[in-house]
Amino acid sequence: MNWESVIGLEVHLQLATRSKIFSGSATTFGAEPNTQASAVDLAMPGMLPVLNAEAVHYAVKFGLGIGAKIGKRSIFDRKNYFYPDSPKGYQISQFEAPIVGEGSFEISLPDGSTRSIGITRAHLEEDAGKSLHEDYHGQSGIDLNRAGTPLLEIVSEPDIRDATEAVAYLKALHSLVTYLEISDGNMAEGSMRCDINISLRPQGSSTLGTRAEIKNVNSFRFVEKAIQHEIERQSDILEDGGTIVQETRLYDAQRDETRPMRSKEVANDYRYFPEPDLLPVVIDDAYILDIQHTLPELPTTKRHRFAEAYGLSNYDASVLTDSRPLADYFEVVVATCNDAKIAANWVQVELLGQLNREQTSLAQCPVPAADLGGLITRILDGSISGKIAKQVFEAMWQGEGSADAVIEARGLKQVSDSGALEGIIAEVIAGHPEQVQQFLEADEDRRKKLTGFFVGQVMKASKGQANPQMVNALLAEKLA
Amino acid sequence: MTIAQDDIEKIAELARIRISGEEIGEVTQRITEILQMVDTLQAADTSNVEPMANPLDATQQLRADEVTELNRRDDFLAIAPAVEDGLFLVPRVIE
Amino acid sequence: MHNHTVSQLSQGLREGSYSSVEVTRNYLERIARLDERYNAFISVDETAALAAAEAADARIAGGDAAPLTGIPLAHKDIFCTKGMKTSCGSRMLDNFVPPYDATVIERFRSAGSIILGKTNMDEFAMGSSNESSYYGAARNPWNTGCVPGGSSGGSAAAVAALLAPAATGTDTGGSIRQPAAFCGITGLKPTYGRVSRLGMIAFASSLDQGGPMARTAEDCALMLNTMAGHDPRDSTSSDVPVEDYTAGLEKSLEGLRIGLPDAYFGEGLDSATGECIHLALKELEALGATLTAVSLPHSELTIPTYYIVAPAEASTNLSRYDGVRYGHRCADPADLHDLYTRTREEGFGDEVKRRILIGTYALSAGYYDAYYKKAQQARRLIRQDFLDCFQSVDIIAGPTTPGPAFALGAKDNDPVSMYLEDVYTLAVNLAGLPGMSLPAGFVQDKPIGLQLIGPHFGEGRLLNVAHRFQQATDWHTRTPGVGEHVA
Repeated sequence: MNWESVIGLEVHLQLATRSKIFSGSATTFGAEPNTQASAVDLAMPGMLPVLNAEAVHYAVKFGLGIGAKIGKRSIFDRKNYFYPDSPKGYQISQFEAPIVGEGSFEISLPDGSTRSIGITRAHLEEDAGKSLHEDYHGQSGIDLNRAGTPLLEIVSEPDIRDATEAVAYLKALHSLVTYLEISDGNMAEGSMRCDINISLRPQGSSTLGTRAEIKNVNSFRFVEKAIQHEIERQSDILEDGGTIVQETRLYDAQRDETRPMRSKEVANDYRYFPEPDLLPVVIDDAYILDIQHTLPELPTTKRHRFAEAYGLSNYDASVLTDSRPLADYFEVVVATCNDAKIAANWVQVELLGQLNREQTSLAQCPVPAADLGGLITRILDGSISGKIAKQVFEAMWQGEGSADAVIEARGLKQVSDSGALEGIIAEVIAGHPEQVQQFLEADEDRRKKLTGFFVGQVMKASKGQANPQMVNALLAEKLA
Repeated sequence: MTIAQDDIEKIAELARIRISGEEIGEVTQRITEILQMVDTLQAADTSNVEPMANPLDATQQLRADEVTELNRRDDFLAIAPAVEDGLFLVPRVIE
Repeated sequence: MHNHTVSQLSQGLREGSYSSVEVTRNYLERIARLDERYNAFISVDETAALAAAEAADARIAGGDAAPLTGIPLAHKDIFCTKGMKTSCGSRMLDNFVPPYDATVIERFRSAGSIILGKTNMDEFAMGSSNESSYYGAARNPWNTGCVPGGSSGGSAAAVAALLAPAATGTDTGGSIRQPAAFCGITGLKPTYGRVSRLGMIAFASSLDQGGPMARTAEDCALMLNTMAGHDPRDSTSSDVPVEDYTAGLEKSLEGLRIGLPDAYFGEGLDSATGECIHLALKELEALGATLTAVSLPHSELTIPTYYIVAPAEASTNLSRYDGVRYGHRCADPADLHDLYTRTREEGFGDEVKRRILIGTYALSAGYYDAYYKKAQQARRLIRQDFLDCFQSVDIIAGPTTPGPAFALGAKDNDPVSMYLEDVYTLAVNLAGLPGMSLPAGFVQDKPIGLQLIGPHFGEGRLLNVAHRFQQATDWHTRTPGVGEHVA
C-alpha cells in the first residue's frame, strides 16, 4: 500500500516585544530565575492582565505578511488546565475569535520549485514558565521568567506533504518573521517552537487518518528527523493492520525516535470561555492600513524580484533573500559592480563561507557591501584575477582596507601590459628549451598540457599577477 | 437534570479538589439541588441574542510596550511555601 | 466621637476639636472591648494605625489635608493591604501577607486615611450571611443571634456597632447592599468599572465592584470620591471622568421619576418589610418624586443566570490557589496531583468548593452552550430590561431584601434558600448598574433597607436621592443599644 502523509505545523513564535503581553515585566532571555516575574506574572491574588499594544501590532503585521484576514474584533479566552508552569491555572489565549484569520505564504523547495501553504489562523497567547528538573530533594524548581512572554501561535493547514516541505515551511516562516522584525525566530533559543501534527492515509484518499501530535521540536533538523521517524512508525503500524492512537508524543533526539508523552494533560477539557478580565480587542481599518504601509518588501516578493531582475535561479534567490540584511547587502554589491551573477557567487560562496567559518553574523561582517562590490569591479576590469581576488578579500577581511587599498599596498595589480608579459614569457621560453621542443613536436592534447606548464611558469615568475587570459594568448603566438 | 456521583468526581478532578468518600454523597446532592435551580434557564428564549461578557460593552485599552516592573523576587519568594535557588519548588514534574 | 459620621469627623479634625490619634485610639479601644460580640474584624494593627494617625495629624497641621485625612476606616479583608494579612475570609490565605496594596487601598492611603483593621467576610466573597468565613460568623449588632448579611458582613457590623465610622465592601450579587440593609447602614455598589479591581481579590470578574459602607449617603459620597477613577492596571476599569459625588447631594427631588418593578413587590416579599418600603416611598413622594410601576420581564432569569456566571468565573479565578507560590500548602504532598487536590481540599470551605464545582460544570465540554453561553445571553436580556425602564424613569426602587436578617444557622442545610436572599440585588450586578441600600425602617426590631438602582454612572443621582431621604427621615441615625442616637 502506498501511503501519503498529511502534515500540519503549529508554530509558537515568541514576539520580540520589550515587555510581556499582559504585564510590564521584561522579556530578556537568560535572566536569573524569577527576577522577571511580577505579581501579575505570578498570578498573585487580585492581579489583572493589561494588553501590550506592540503584541497586537506584531500580530497584525504578521497577518498582513501572509495576506490574511485580520480579526477586527478579537477576543481573549481562558484555556483552563493545572500545571506548575502556568500560575493562574489557566492560560490566556484566543479560541473562537483570533486576531489573524486565513492566509497563506509561499515556500521554496531545494529543487527550486515553490508551493503555497495555507495558514488556518494565528492568535495571541501568553507563554508558560519553565520547570527545571534538577533534583531539589525529589522536587522540581519552577522559574516563571518566561511566563507571560507574548506568543503568536501560527497554525498551518495540513498542506505539508513531507519532511522537506516542513523544513522549507519553517525556514520561510523564520525568514518572514525576521523580515517583519516581530521575532528573532530562533529555534535553538526557543523563540520559535514547533508542534507537528501528522497522519497517514492511502495515496489518493481524501479522508484524514488518525493523527499524532509531536510537541516542542526545537530545530529544523529535529523536525525533519521526527517526521521521517513518525512516517515510518505509522506506516509500520498501518501495514501490520493496526490503528494509530491519537496521542501527544515527544521527539527524543538522542534515540532518534518519538515516544508518547507520559503526563501533562491527559484528555484535558480546557473549558474555554471569554476572559472576563480583558475586553474585546477592536481595531479599525485605519490602524491596519497604517501597519500595511510600514511593511517591508516581503521575502517572497523579494525572491521573485531577485530571480527576475538579477537573472538568478530560484535557489540562489532564496539563499540571498533569506534575511533582509543579506538581501540588502547583496543589492549594494550588485549596485556597485553591476554583475549580479558574480556578485551572487561571491556573496553566497566567499562571504557566507567566511562568516560561517568564523561564526560571525552579517551584522559583524568586517567587509562592507560596497567594498565587496569594489573588489568584484576590479576582477571585471581585469586589474586582478579571480584567484588574486580571494587573497585580496582575505586581506580586506583582516581590516586592511578597500580592495584598491590592498591591491596598491601589496602590489597585486594584475600585469596586463603586453610588453611586460612578453618579457616574462620570453624568459620562460628561454629557460625551458626542452619543453619548447616537446611542444613543437606534440599533438593538440599534449600541447594543452604543456601550455598549462608554461602558463604556470609565467604565473610563478610574476608572483601570480600575470593576466592569465593574456598569457594564454601571447603564449599561443610565441609558441606557434 | 440529575447529576451522578461519578460526574461530580470528574468535575472535582478537573478542578483539582479532593473530595473524600464521606463527603461525595452530600456534595452530589447539594450540587444537584443547585443545578435544578439553574436549569430553569433552559426555558428562556435566547435565540439571536449576543452573549454579553462585559456589562458596559467596552473595548480593550492597550498598554505601551515598556518595562515597568522591577525585580521584586525577594519580596515574592519570601511569602512562598517552598523555594530554593530562586525557584518555586513542587513535587517532581515528569515529562 | 465614635458617633460621628465621616463628614463630622473630617470637620472636627480640621477644626482641631480632636486629633486623628485620639479618634483612632477611640475606635481601636472600642474594637478591643466590643468586637468579640460581633466578630467583625479579622485583623487589627494598632501600631500601624496609630503611626498613620500621627502622620495624618502632621499633614492636617501642615494645611495639606484632604477630606479623608486622619479618618480611620475598616477595610473588607478582600482588599490587599501591603504588609498586612489579607485572608479573604479563607484558610487558603490565612498566612498571606501581600507585598502590594490594592489600588483602592493606595487611594485611601494617599488621601491620608487610617486603616483600623480588616473586616470579616464570607469566604472569597461567596455568601450572604458571613457564616462561611474561616474566622467564624460575624454577628448582627442589632441582634447577635442573627447574621449581619454577607459577604461584607464584617464591614456592615463594624459600622453599625460604631467600631469604625465607615468601611469598604465589595458587591458581586448584593454583598454590600444586603449586609447594609440587615445592619441598618448605607452602602453603595458603584457602576461596574467605576472602582478599580486591582488588588481586590477576584470572585467573579465581570460582576465584582468595591464600594463604600457608612452611616450616611454623604459619607458614601466622600468615600466614593476617593475610591472611584480609572486605573490603567485594570482593563475593565472605566475612563468616564469622575464627578464630585458630594456636589449634587442637595439637589431637589422635584420631578424625580421612580420606577417600581412588580417583580420586586410580589410573592416572596415579607409583608412587614413591604409596608416599610411603601412608607419610605411615600417619603420620596413627599419630596417631589413620582412613582410608577415598571416591568422587568426577564427577572425570573436572574437567579439561574447569576448562579451560572458567577461560579463559572470564580471557578477559574480560584485556580491560582494551588499551594505553589503563596497561601496554604498541604503538608508532605506525595506528588503534584496530591499537592493540588489536598491543598485545595484543605484550603477551601464547603460553599467555595460547591461554587467551584458548579462553575467547572457550567464550563465543561458539552455544557458550555447550555449553561455559560446561555447565561451570558440571558444577561443581555436582563440588562436590556433596565435600559428600557430608564427610558421612562430616572431610578428604580424597591426593597433590598425579602425580609430582615435571619438567624445564624437558619440556612445551613439549604444553600438554594440562601441564594434566594439576593433576589432583588443580583440583577444589578448582571447589568453592571449602580445600586444603593439605605435604612428605611425596622421589622421585628431589625433594620430593613430601601434599594435604589440607577442607570450606568448614575451613582451621583442615587447618592442625591439617598441624601435627601436621610434629611427627611432618621432611620439612618439609629444605632443598636438603647437611646444611642447620632447627633
